[in-house]
Amino acid sequence: MIELSDVRKVFPARRTAGEVVALDGVSLSVARGEFAGVVGPSGSGKSTLARLVNLLERPTSGTVTVDGRVLTDLDAAGVREARRSIGMIFQHFNLLDSRTAAGNVEHPLELAGVGRTERRRRVADLLDLVGLADRHASRPAQLSGGQKQRVAIARALAARPSVLLCDEATSALDPASTTGVLELLRQVRAELGLTVLLITHEMSVVRAVCDSAVLMSEGRVVDGGPLAEVLARPDSALAAQLVPAPAGSGVGGDLVLVTVTDATPHGAVLQTLTAELGLSVEVVGGSVETVAGRRFGRLLLRVEGDDGRLDPALARLRAGGALVERAAAGDPRPQSDADDTPRPDREPDVQRLADAPDVQR
Amino acid sequence: MNDWSRIAPQLLDATGETLYMVGVATALTVLLGVPLGVLLTITAPGALAPHPLVNRVLGLVVNLGRSLPFIILLVLVAPVTRGIVGTTIGSTATIVPLTIGAVPFLARLVETSLREVAHGKVEATLAMGARRRDVVRTVLLPEALPSLVAGVTVTVVALISYSAMAGAIGGGGLGDFAIRYGYQQFRTDITLATVVLLLVVVQLLQWAGDRWARRLATS
Repeated sequence: MIELSDVRKVFPARRTAGEVVALDGVSLSVARGEFAGVVGPSGSGKSTLARLVNLLERPTSGTVTVDGRVLTDLDAAGVREARRSIGMIFQHFNLLDSRTAAGNVEHPLELAGVGRTERRRRVADLLDLVGLADRHASRPAQLSGGQKQRVAIARALAARPSVLLCDEATSALDPASTTGVLELLRQVRAELGLTVLLITHEMSVVRAVCDSAVLMSEGRVVDGGPLAEVLARPDSALAAQLVPAPAGSGVGGDLVLVTVTDATPHGAVLQTLTAELGLSVEVVGGSVETVAGRRFGRLLLRVEGDDGRLDPALARLRAGGALVERAAAGDPRPQSDADDTPRPDREPDVQRLADAPDVQR
Repeated sequence: MNDWSRIAPQLLDATGETLYMVGVATALTVLLGVPLGVLLTITAPGALAPHPLVNRVLGLVVNLGRSLPFIILLVLVAPVTRGIVGTTIGSTATIVPLTIGAVPFLARLVETSLREVAHGKVEATLAMGARRRDVVRTVLLPEALPSLVAGVTVTVVALISYSAMAGAIGGGGLGDFAIRYGYQQFRTDITLATVVLLLVVVQLLQWAGDRWARRLATS
């Protein structure tokens, strides 16, 4: 549905800053109906990525394809036409203060030349869909953050898009509003069969709604895939951020890190260590989260009384499908270099995203 | 000193002339100044339709108009005025320099107002597939409207002050009246009366403009 192919975006040098490579050869594919997340620290290029999908930002090179149309090959009129099928919501909502909630939702319909009666009916339906039927006459200034984002969602859906882009859509909201907005996004995705690309720096948002995600760093995709698959990879940098490994500092004995998923429960590991080997096992850290509707966690175990049989036992467990490994005391796992994505050599003097002027716009 | 029964009707006529000059000049200024302000805004670097050359030329023209003292402008544009109106004397003739003087003034105010509109709103609208002229029509101008009304009010007040200055070279209106009767005939009371009248007119306009801008901002 959304296809980015080897996309580069370079912001030319300005008086105050050198050349900025915001995206450095990114390829990304989102299937129809998928709820895909893009995560990464600020300045990693994720917002630029979202803005490329509807060509608010034109890539320096590479192609952008949405719903089978190669947007980068279209002329201005073609791009305008294509944008109607790509809804977008923003961190700061970007509603027009001069219009009511209903007027804001009506705006894209006016631009598309929809007749007045049809517009009215559609606006009423949309405000009903987002749960704000009673606030149609309110101005944005009279609405809470969560309500504003709901109006923005209704507006983004007005022209019946097939794709919805969410650029840090919950980053300006309190936790309760965030939950409400995320539930609404899931609901409209299911009801309207939307493909959603969600940009965020909040891992909790990805855990709550995404089917798949990519991790960006310095303008590149460094890890990604369906969450169930990503989380089952013990060395995944994205998994390490989604469910951080517990720290085992100041703990003696042998440390064993168990990755718990629906497919690889920890029961078998505990069974082997305690009953079979007769070791004393204690949980010293861990977290279990529900990610994409599945259970996922990491447990750090302290094992005492190893007589040399621990390593063979762990190897046997691994061979049996369990995600288990030894962890070093102090820093159980290095997180940043965990990805094994090959990185081609870069020009060392090109300034990277530290002070990219356009990233936060 | 008891000739006020003779002077009062003339004072009233002069007030009427001032309102006529300022009224017509305001209408023309809005008609020309708002589009010029829009052009200045959208051709700026990084704006909706960046065009450095057009932007620089327009900026130069506007700055030229703004930096010229109005009294000099009056004399400079006299040939233009004669070409359009047929004379350079009287209130109708004064409308030409008034408009020429106020258009760059308003254009800058319009530019400032439009630049205040958050870029995110423009972007959200472009993301809907809007044309650039739709963005100007449905986002920039409506969102900036309260501020635009305030800008027009400031321009009207400036026009009243310009129109009084035009009196110095026979432009008609209250300024003309104050010079011919108050200054040249040493009648300070007449000068004072015109000043009070000007003050009342300015106060009324400012009050009406503020009220209107506030209503737009809160409605």
